[in-house]
Amino acid sequence: MIEEGLKNELAKQGVVLTTLQELYNWGRGNSVWPLSFGLACCAIEMMAASMAKWDIARFGSEVFRPSPRQADLMIVAGTVTKKMAPQVVRLYNQMPEPKYVIAMGACAISGGPFKQGYNVLKGIDRLLPVDIHIPGCPPRPEALLHALITLQKKIETQALTGPNRPRHLDAAAPSEFPVPEFGEHDIVPAMNPRLWKPTPVVR
Amino acid sequence: MESLEQIKIRLEAAVPGAQVEILSNDSPSAQRSLLPDRAHAFAVARFLRDDPQLCLDYCSNVTGVDWPEMEISLKVKVKKVIEGVEKEVEEVTKTLRPGFLEVVYHLYSMAMKHGPLILRVRTGNRHDQVQMPSFTPVWRSCEFQEREVYDLFGVVFDGHPDLRRILMWDEFKDHPMRKDYCEPDDYEYEPTPHDDVLEKAKRHPSAEVTP
Amino acid sequence: MSIVTASPVPRNYEVIPKTSLDGSELDGELLEVAMGPQHPSTHGVFRMDVVLDGETVVKLKPVFGYLHRNHEKIAENTSYLGSMPYTDRLDYFCSLTNNWAYALAVERLAGLQVPERAEFIRIITAELTRLQNHTSVCGFLLQDMGALGTPLMYAFREREKILDLFEALTGARMMCNYMRFGGCRCDLPPGWLDRVRKIVDDFPRFLDSYEALLNTNEILLARTQGVGRLPRALAISAGITGPMLRACGVDYDIRKVDHYGIYDRFEFRIPLGEHGDVYDRYMIRLLEIRESLKILQQALKAVPGGPVIDPKAKLRGFRPKAGEAYGRIEGPKGELGFYLISDGSPNPYRYRVRPPSLINLTILEDMCLGQSVADAVVTLGSVDIVLGEVDR
Repeated sequence: MIEEGLKNELAKQGVVLTTLQELYNWGRGNSVWPLSFGLACCAIEMMAASMAKWDIARFGSEVFRPSPRQADLMIVAGTVTKKMAPQVVRLYNQMPEPKYVIAMGACAISGGPFKQGYNVLKGIDRLLPVDIHIPGCPPRPEALLHALITLQKKIETQALTGPNRPRHLDAAAPSEFPVPEFGEHDIVPAMNPRLWKPTPVVR
Repeated sequence: MESLEQIKIRLEAAVPGAQVEILSNDSPSAQRSLLPDRAHAFAVARFLRDDPQLCLDYCSNVTGVDWPEMEISLKVKVKKVIEGVEKEVEEVTKTLRPGFLEVVYHLYSMAMKHGPLILRVRTGNRHDQVQMPSFTPVWRSCEFQEREVYDLFGVVFDGHPDLRRILMWDEFKDHPMRKDYCEPDDYEYEPTPHDDVLEKAKRHPSAEVTP
Repeated sequence: MSIVTASPVPRNYEVIPKTSLDGSELDGELLEVAMGPQHPSTHGVFRMDVVLDGETVVKLKPVFGYLHRNHEKIAENTSYLGSMPYTDRLDYFCSLTNNWAYALAVERLAGLQVPERAEFIRIITAELTRLQNHTSVCGFLLQDMGALGTPLMYAFREREKILDLFEALTGARMMCNYMRFGGCRCDLPPGWLDRVRKIVDDFPRFLDSYEALLNTNEILLARTQGVGRLPRALAISAGITGPMLRACGVDYDIRKVDHYGIYDRFEFRIPLGEHGDVYDRYMIRLLEIRESLKILQQALKAVPGGPVIDPKAKLRGFRPKAGEAYGRIEGPKGELGFYLISDGSPNPYRYRVRPPSLINLTILEDMCLGQSVADAVVTLGSVDIVLGEVDR
């Protein structure tokens, strides 16, 4: 491993040294292509973030892919209803690894204002592994950009080998998650117990 | 537009056998409504649309309302002779109003630019007599809205071309907008000043996890 | 009980002639395509089950409910005021007009008066909402036609300017939560009217360039004229409202019919279409923007002083008398109505939204039958739906 000081000194002379891991993560982090997938109000702010005023292209994510097969990032932008939940999981399963999830807005995090609704899923992390949560109802486009930068930082620190390597480099880690089915009163199962456990109520 | 009383007289003349009631509305909006009997409701609706004076060609809003069985207590002042003196005494009479489902139609006229005329139809009860005639053949705008009333309230519309659930999935069994529907208990309860929410939270399954 | 089985509109799809290039009849299989709920052209989580014969649509069934967020049920379990923020999230492009429709229904129910200044603020915010909704819709329609990016970016550039105004006034870009029963939540910030005036003055310039770019564009004409035709009688029977209805030539605008607010003090015209096709709907929206600008110009000159909320209006512990009321306004998408039944308790007994987007989709199948699947996408784009309102 080369020292940081020497590396900086060499960079001043025009010699760039790097590691394979840094190069790999730099490339991945700066071309995160989101799935063009809007659910509700937050999707409009997601679109606003891709328009001229905020210009998500500055961060390499302007290419919204209509097909999950070409996307790296799922921005769950809006309320996930129980009728929509199986489709969301199916779309996630169809995305190739490495893939990331941003839960955008209060509804995607916990159900938000609609939490008491009979048809509202109380947070997408009951069914999918979420990397970044952005609060807000809806979050401003700046917040989405912040989430994207946070995700890029997360990608940059991912090791290629070792026990902490990310899911896509671990053959044993799951890349697909069970799709719930429509039941008579609720979706079955209503949550994935491997990902989410009910919060203990302390009184 | 004519007054509801005039419409009622003309309706009962035009649709033989129809019994139309006028329901009052005490709020400042004073939007009263017409309640025809179920058997003649379809003919009444067609009359309202086709009558040249009314010409209610536009059915704007279709709503279900759930009225569960309810005890109504009425205070009535009764004159009674108590110990030889006549006095006014308040008596509370309790009546049990049977439950029913109601569908409300708000009708306007695009040609004459008047309205609204509010038309209500009621079902026999909330369990097995939930049929009523569909107005989709009269006003096409009822199509999706009646499907919604069927989905959320469980009113069965006879003569509807395509009566399926519209908002919930097909396998769903309940009618969630009814007053006695219990939603799946799958959310955590935040601290709240409402006693009924705290009562609900005690029954929440995650409460059993904690000591 | 009379049972009527006949469908009001013929739905028989065998009658559409199958043609081929050499004139002989094709005997292809029908193809079923489920467009949505994740589809780039369905404006959110809307789904159409389409049956295709080659490229021709022979059957189209819309499927709803993917964004059914139980707005009505939640509103029946909360206070009257508590539902106001939820109305923002119905049609999330036009939160201010949603607020107004709900406030209007409650004002009818409780008999509240609105001060003069609040009426002016309501009209100004509602017409600004109409501006930004119509510009965005035209952008989306062109996006559906394949003009990726540019028209939508221009539209959003103008929309952002108006959202900045909303943010200065209400604190939020999209979810404004601004109207109250008997008035508005807070007074205008200093200098706000001047900012509005500047945007209203600049808007025609944008509109001129937008129209010069698009109105006579050959691709736009080919893709929209004669596509998605809606007969006038069917539009009335199906309860179509808003620009969709007026594109069929029916003169019905609730601003003129009901005179709610103080619309009768302003001079504006109702643009009417003739053919009821996608092009007419597109043009009606652009013309309505010009009329809205006229209303804004007049309103901005005459904003009076005074309170912005009826001092008698009680927001907390609000209990209207038992009764019911239906209030409606001309939203940018059509007639937005709220139907409330009060039983004298703090929560409404029944709370119903009359969603223009859902009812305008009633005739989607009738408009698309016999056309190619690409035209179905354009037709859907011209209906102007927002899924938050369709499914509520």
